[in-house]
Amino acid sequence: MPGSVRLDARAAAIELSGIDKRFGAVQANRAVDLRVEAGTIHGIVGENGAGKSTLMSILYGFYEADAGEIRLNGNLVSIPDSSAAIRLGIGMVHQHFMLVEPFTVLENVMLGVEGGRRLSAGKARARKELLTLARDYDLRVDPDAVVGDLPVGLQQRVEILKALYRGAETLILDEPTGVLTPDEADHLFRILGRLRAQGKTVLLITHKLREILAITDSVSVMRRGEMVATRRTAETSAEELAELMVGRRVLLRVDKGPARPGKVLLSVENARVVDEHGVERLRGVSLDVRAGEIVGIAGVAGNGQSELLETIAGMRPLTGGRISVGGETWEKADPAQLRLKGLAHVPEDRHRMGLVTTFLAKENAILGYHGRPAYANGMFLDREAILQASRAQMEAYDVRPPDPELKTANFSGGNQQKIVLAREITAGPEVLIVGQPTRGVDVGAIEAIHRRLIELRDAGKAILLVSVELDEVRALSDRVLVMFDGRIMGERDASADEREIGLLMSGVTGEAA
Amino acid sequence: MNAPLPNWVDLGLIPMLNLAAAFLVAGLVVLAVGESPIEAVQVILYGAFGFGEGIGFTLFYTTSFIFTGLAVAVAFHAGLFNIGGEGQAYIGGLGVGLMVLAFDHHLPWWLIAPIAALGGALFGALWALIPAYLQATRGSHIVITTIMFNFIAASLMVWLLVNVVKVPGTMSVESRTFLPEGRLPKLGGLMEFFGLDIGGAPLNASFLLALVACVAVWLLIWRTRLGYEIRVFGANPSAARYAGINPVRITIVTMLISGGLAGLMALNPVMGEQHRMFLDIGGGAGFVGIAVALMGRAHPVGVALAALLFGVLYQGGAELAFEMPAITRDMVVVIQGLVVLFAGALEFMFRPTVARLFALRAREKPA
Repeated sequence: MPGSVRLDARAAAIELSGIDKRFGAVQANRAVDLRVEAGTIHGIVGENGAGKSTLMSILYGFYEADAGEIRLNGNLVSIPDSSAAIRLGIGMVHQHFMLVEPFTVLENVMLGVEGGRRLSAGKARARKELLTLARDYDLRVDPDAVVGDLPVGLQQRVEILKALYRGAETLILDEPTGVLTPDEADHLFRILGRLRAQGKTVLLITHKLREILAITDSVSVMRRGEMVATRRTAETSAEELAELMVGRRVLLRVDKGPARPGKVLLSVENARVVDEHGVERLRGVSLDVRAGEIVGIAGVAGNGQSELLETIAGMRPLTGGRISVGGETWEKADPAQLRLKGLAHVPEDRHRMGLVTTFLAKENAILGYHGRPAYANGMFLDREAILQASRAQMEAYDVRPPDPELKTANFSGGNQQKIVLAREITAGPEVLIVGQPTRGVDVGAIEAIHRRLIELRDAGKAILLVSVELDEVRALSDRVLVMFDGRIMGERDASADEREIGLLMSGVTGEAA
Repeated sequence: MNAPLPNWVDLGLIPMLNLAAAFLVAGLVVLAVGESPIEAVQVILYGAFGFGEGIGFTLFYTTSFIFTGLAVAVAFHAGLFNIGGEGQAYIGGLGVGLMVLAFDHHLPWWLIAPIAALGGALFGALWALIPAYLQATRGSHIVITTIMFNFIAASLMVWLLVNVVKVPGTMSVESRTFLPEGRLPKLGGLMEFFGLDIGGAPLNASFLLALVACVAVWLLIWRTRLGYEIRVFGANPSAARYAGINPVRITIVTMLISGGLAGLMALNPVMGEQHRMFLDIGGGAGFVGIAVALMGRAHPVGVALAALLFGVLYQGGAELAFEMPAITRDMVVVIQGLVVLFAGALEFMFRPTVARLFALRAREKPA
C-alpha cells in the first residue's frame, strides 16, 4: 500500500522475480526478473511476441502470474486486477488509447474517479488538479476540448494525465510513439523527462532502439519470454541491443543496389478527393511510379497520405483527375477490379483493414483474392488450395508460428503484418502500394519486410511507399515525395538532407526557404 | 483477461450453465405458485418426449424454429440483426398459400411442394429486400425497419385474407382448405420406423427440409465464396471494403437469404399443418428464432439444438398448462421467457467466472 512506502532510495520501485506465465502451450514469460530503480526511465525491448506486453499486463493486473513475486518499493504485493494496480500507484498508457471520444478531456480524466454523486464538485477539483499537472509536467491540453477532435499526440497526453490524476508513481507506456509524428514524439520524451525529474518511474516498452538510446537510463531486453539482458543505456549500443533481441546480428541499414527504373506503371494525374465530411483531402496530386523503383511519400500523418493510398486502391472515389495502373486509365474502379489489373495494397492499418483478426490465418491469406479461380471450386472455396497457399505464404515469409489454422488475433503484430505482406506480394502484383509497412513491428521483422520490398523492386515492380517514419522512407525509397495538406510539396533524392525534407513536411517549400 | 476457453466449455458447459440458471429461476416461479418444480419438469419432459404424439408435436415446433433461427443466424454473420423473421414468415405464408391454391387441382404434392417452397422463400426474401435496400443504400437501421415491416406484414395479410383470399360467404378469415394434393405428407410412417406413433401430431415433411436447410446454411457460411464474403463483411466492414467486397450487394444478398429462410418456415404450418392460409401464420416463431440463433451461436448445429429446446418448451409447456391447473399458459410463457433471458440475453453472465476457474486450473496443472 502506498502508505507503507519505505523511504529507502536504494529500494527498487519495481522488482519482479521469477515471473512465469503460460497460455496453453505458449510460455509467454519464463522466470523473468526485472529491477527498475525509482526515478528512472527504464526501457524494455524485445521482438513482438517476446513477452513484453504479457509482463506489463501482469504488472498492471490484467493477468496473474503463474509463479513469481512482485515487489513495489521493497514490499511484496499482489495485483489481482487493474484497480489494485492503480491503488498501488501504477498507471498504464496503452498502445491503443482507452478514451471516450465524444467526452471532453476533463470528463475523460475524471472518468471512474468522479468522487461523489454530484459531477460539478468533482469537475472543479479535477480542473484544478489538471492545471497543476499541466504546469508540473508540461502536459498542456485544453480541459474542455472534445477528445475525438484532438490529434493522437494530444490524446496520448490525456492518457498520461489520466494515469497521473489517479496518483500514478510508476507509468507504463506501451509503444507510445507508434502513432506519433517525430515532433510529437520529441514532446513526449520531454514530458517523460519531466516525470523523471519529479521522481516518477517510467517503464517504456518499444522496439525503436533509437528511442531507447535517446531517453532511457537503463534497458532490459526480452527474447522468447525470457529476460536476456539488462544494460545501462550509456554502456550499450543499438547494434548490441538488436543482437540481444533477435539472438543474431541484425542489419540496421537497408542494403540495396541502385534502382533501374523502367516504364511508368502507376500514374496519378491531378487527383482530387473530397471526403465524406466535404473536406478536400487531395488537392491535385500528381506522381509517377516506374517499374523497378520505390517512390516514398514522406509527411506528417494526416496530410492526405491515407486518402492517396485508399484512392489508388479504388476504395475512395476521385472527385477529379485520373489514375492509371499498368497503362490503363480509370476514373472509377473498385478494389477487386484493380487487383485483377495487378495492383496490390498493403493497408496502413492492418487491424482495421488488412486482416479480419477473428478469422483463421488461412482465411486471411485469401482476403481480396478469394474470387481467384485458384482458390475456388465453382461457388465453393477450395479449402485444400487455400491451406496450401497459406502454408506456402507463411513459410516464405517466416510467419511464426507457421500455423494456418491459428486465429489471426493470436499472432504478434509483426507476424500479422507478414501475413498481409505475404498475401499481397504472393499475388504477383505489378504495382504495390504500401502504407506503414513496419508500424508496430519488431526489429527482426522490419529487416525481413524491408528486404522483401527491395526484392520486389529488383524484380521490376513499381512500389509506392507511405510511411510516417522518415528514416524508413529515406532508407527504402529511390525518390522521396513530400506531402503536406493534400499536395505534393516537392521531390527529393533519398539521400537529401533530413532537415530539408523536414521543412517540406511542415509545408515550407524550397523557394520560400 | 481473455485467454481462450476450450471449445467444449465455450459451446457446451456455458450454455448448460445458462440453461440451468434459467430452470432454477423458473423452478422458483413454479414453487411460488405452490407446485413442485420437480414434478413440473417431469411433466414437461414427459409431454415433450414421453409418447409418440408428444414427440411429433415437439419436432413440429422445432421445424419452425429451425427455419427462423437459421434466418436470424445467416444475417448475424453479416453483422445484420434481422428482427423481421415474423413478418417474412407471414408473407412467406402468402407465397406458399398462393402456390398451393394455384396448383392443387393440377399437380401431385411432390411437385407442388418445391413450387410452394420456392414461393414461400421468394415472398419472404422480397419482404426482407426493402429493409435490406434501405440499410445498404440509405443507412436506415435494419433493426428498426425489419421490426416495422412485421407490423406492415400483419396488416397487409389481414387485408389480403379478408378481401382477397377468403372464401366468399364464410365468416372465418382464412383461405379454402387445400386439396390433399396440396398437403405435405406427415412423417408418421417415418416415425413408425423408430417405433413411435405420432398420432394426431402435425409433424410433416418440412422437418426434413429444415434439416437440409441446416446443412445448406453450414455449407453456405463456411464453404462458399459468398459465405466468406458475408463473414468478412460481418466481422470487419472496413476489411470488406479493402477486399473489394461490395457492401450493398452483401447486405442485400444476405437479407434475401435470411428472408427466404424465414419464408420457408411457412411451409410447416400452412402446407403441413393447417392446409390453408390463416391469420398469424408466423405464430411467434419469427421472434423465437432470434433467441434460437443467439443461443445456437449462429451455428446451424447450435440452431438445431436450440430449436429443439424451444420445441420441448412449447410442447412440454402446453402439457404443463394442461396437467397443472395452477400453472397457466401465461406461466409457461414466463418460463420460456426466462430461458430466452438467461440463454440469450445473459449469455456472458457466467463466462468471466468460468474463465477465471479455468485459468486457475490451468495454473495448477503444469506446476
